[in-house]
Amino acid sequence: MLLLCLAGTVAGMAVGATPGLSATVGLALLLPITFTLDPTTGLVLMGAFYMGAIYGGAFTAILVNAPGTPSSIATTFDGFPMTQQGRSEVAIIGITVASVVGGLVGVLGLATLAPLLANVVLAFGPQEYFWMGVFGLTMIAGIADSLVKGLAAGALGLLISTVGISPVGGEVRFTFGVTDLQGGVPLIVALIGLFTIPTIIDLMVAPEARSAAMAKEAEQRRRGGVLGSTLRTVLSRPVNLLRSSVIGTFVGILPGAGGNVANLVAYNEAKRTSPRRRNFGKGELDGVVAPEAANNAVVGGGLVPLLTLGIPGAPPDAVIYGVLLLHGLRPGNELFTEQGVLTFTFILALAVAALLMAPVGLVAGRGLQRVVVRAPTQYLAPAIAVLTILGSYAVRNNPLDVVLMVLLGIAGYGLRKVGLPPPAIVLGVVLGPIIETGLGQGLLSASDRALPWTSFFTRPLSLLIIALVVLGVLWPLLNRRKDARVRDQAHEEVAP
Amino acid sequence: MLSRRFRGGAALSAAALALTGCATQTDTGSAGAQEYPTKQVQYVIPFDPGGESDVTARLQQQALEKALGESVVVSNRPGGGGAVGWSALANSTAPDGYTVMGANLPHILLQPMARDDAGYQTEEIKWVYIFESTPNAFLVAKDSPYDTLQEFVKAAKKEKMSVGGSSSFSANHMGTLALNREAGIDLTYVPFSGTATASPALLGGQVDALMSYNTEALELQDQGAKVLAVASPERLPELPDVPTFREAGFDVVEGAWRGAAVPPDTPQPIIDELAAAFEQVNKNPQVRQRMQKLGFHIEDMGPAEAAEFTQRRQVDARRLLQQFGLMDK
Repeated sequence: MLLLCLAGTVAGMAVGATPGLSATVGLALLLPITFTLDPTTGLVLMGAFYMGAIYGGAFTAILVNAPGTPSSIATTFDGFPMTQQGRSEVAIIGITVASVVGGLVGVLGLATLAPLLANVVLAFGPQEYFWMGVFGLTMIAGIADSLVKGLAAGALGLLISTVGISPVGGEVRFTFGVTDLQGGVPLIVALIGLFTIPTIIDLMVAPEARSAAMAKEAEQRRRGGVLGSTLRTVLSRPVNLLRSSVIGTFVGILPGAGGNVANLVAYNEAKRTSPRRRNFGKGELDGVVAPEAANNAVVGGGLVPLLTLGIPGAPPDAVIYGVLLLHGLRPGNELFTEQGVLTFTFILALAVAALLMAPVGLVAGRGLQRVVVRAPTQYLAPAIAVLTILGSYAVRNNPLDVVLMVLLGIAGYGLRKVGLPPPAIVLGVVLGPIIETGLGQGLLSASDRALPWTSFFTRPLSLLIIALVVLGVLWPLLNRRKDARVRDQAHEEVAP
Repeated sequence: MLSRRFRGGAALSAAALALTGCATQTDTGSAGAQEYPTKQVQYVIPFDPGGESDVTARLQQQALEKALGESVVVSNRPGGGGAVGWSALANSTAPDGYTVMGANLPHILLQPMARDDAGYQTEEIKWVYIFESTPNAFLVAKDSPYDTLQEFVKAAKKEKMSVGGSSSFSANHMGTLALNREAGIDLTYVPFSGTATASPALLGGQVDALMSYNTEALELQDQGAKVLAVASPERLPELPDVPTFREAGFDVVEGAWRGAAVPPDTPQPIIDELAAAFEQVNKNPQVRQRMQKLGFHIEDMGPAEAAEFTQRRQVDARRLLQQFGLMDK
């Protein structure tokens, strides 16, 4: 059982670390194997694999600025700058701690509060999803240096997200006569293009920048003690770890949002409240800890609606649902009573897998980190290029995605030059469909009202999220004033 | 017996080829069934991994390998609700039987009708077999005041009601439109991205009712929801107490049918060979048992029967979309 967990975790990490191969794809490939296994063994394997895959996605995010899964978008924001500064080992240790804690918190939520948390799923209607998406957009204020450029980038992202079939109504939009564009621009393709291609160009244009980082990394290793000091730093800020884990658990519960949203929200909250917020985006350890704690908490959270209501909280949960059904197990209360032993074995396996990520990550993960960091730039750059092509092709087995990736990559490089931040574009791509779907469904389901749009302002939960939106808009302004005061006092020169 | 059943299909498709003036049959016609298959067969699913179509393919894979005597690789080519895959099947896939693609009704009917350019025509998706179906089911929440479909319809004549379902131009959408037509009511259809987001909307009271599938109905019934009707011709064994729409007085038969298809110019002997293989897969007790556990109803429609069935449903769907002004052209 322990061995099975280990195998699942390692295999999951490998798949997760490959951009283009998501946790869902990996689980679907595992499905036929579970036919031959008894239900417990199959579920343990899948649970461990899922946990490992989400963790694995962070490695490529940190090392080469290519998020392995959409759950590690925000990990690149500070993870890759850390690599550029020769601190990738610190980042890898940080995410390992974060993933273990996040994974455990999510599982704990699942094991103890599942029926209670299931109510959250039901209270969340289209209106709430709409406002949650709007809340997400307030992150732009935190990500971008210039608000105008940040908003422009966000709007571009929203536009990209409208390509394809409209989520409510089914119209075909902005395909420009290319029938394959009916499928839209997949998030991972946009991510690889906007983040990774500019990285490759940077490596080609200025290889010497990386040499400095390599030297620093080597020196740090000589000095040693990285493991101890990083562990101390991360664990000395438990608020960040726990807040991010709780955010991950809650977002995971919502079927209309998953790890891709959770990691961004957790990053933003960490930045908003951190006394070191001005270091965020420039290689702040807390900035990689937050998203990675959140995305592993999504694993446990996403299983809450599945095990209680039979509703998959995230796409990978749909595959696990299939395994349950194939073994004649119907989610619902009896899964916790009659089938209690099986269910709790499964939940226990998730916890074990979360714990196993620590040794696996610290040994194999750091090994991978060393190989990548030491690789000469003339080999590393083409290797990443191959990875981007394979990754974007693998998403849908469609050559069009490679073309889209390259186009977005070139555009991303140019836009970054003029100051439009790629993370804000990605934010638009992630949140666009959530906002649009919520708006359309909210208006339709309230069509018995004289003014359907009023339903967006009358639901208590909506009002709560609206309050968060207002807070989200005002907070950076307050922070800026506070920062300005601090700056005046210290008389130091800091770029705005 | 098999060959007799498929001869009709061969004649039909030969006639179709002649009618459309298809000239490619000369070079492909020589490929006999004896030489097929001699290498790996690609079984492509035009949907994401983990969905019903994908899971079915992975259930069938082993049995299909046994039936064909060659290895079968399942892969995904998702996008546009299946349209990206079907467009590739119709336009850029070699008609040699080595690429078989999952195909779904009503998707392949509705996309070409509703979209300016779906990238394929319904007729270009050449059926090999239809092997399973999931009929629509109509549900209301536990605390809903309605216990029968008639009561619900009566109430819907007086006030505006909303019905959730899985995506636009889908079986759930068509089922809702058909109910509107048959009952003379005006339900507002609210499309969700899938059953995973539609079901909570019913349980949480965001919509008045839900048009879903039998598989999901079973699950929601456990949660206390009331299944008022199923859109199959006859009652379903897993929901024996639930009347059909027809029994309730409304002529609605709707749901999703899944099968396998090949490119338009595939030679008939190869289609027959594949159809025989899928028929054998459907007889495999292990496959049957697993499909039933997932709530799928096993169907056995060979190439001719599937094509004829599709044509019949196409006429119905066109009429329905026209009536509600949803046709693109």
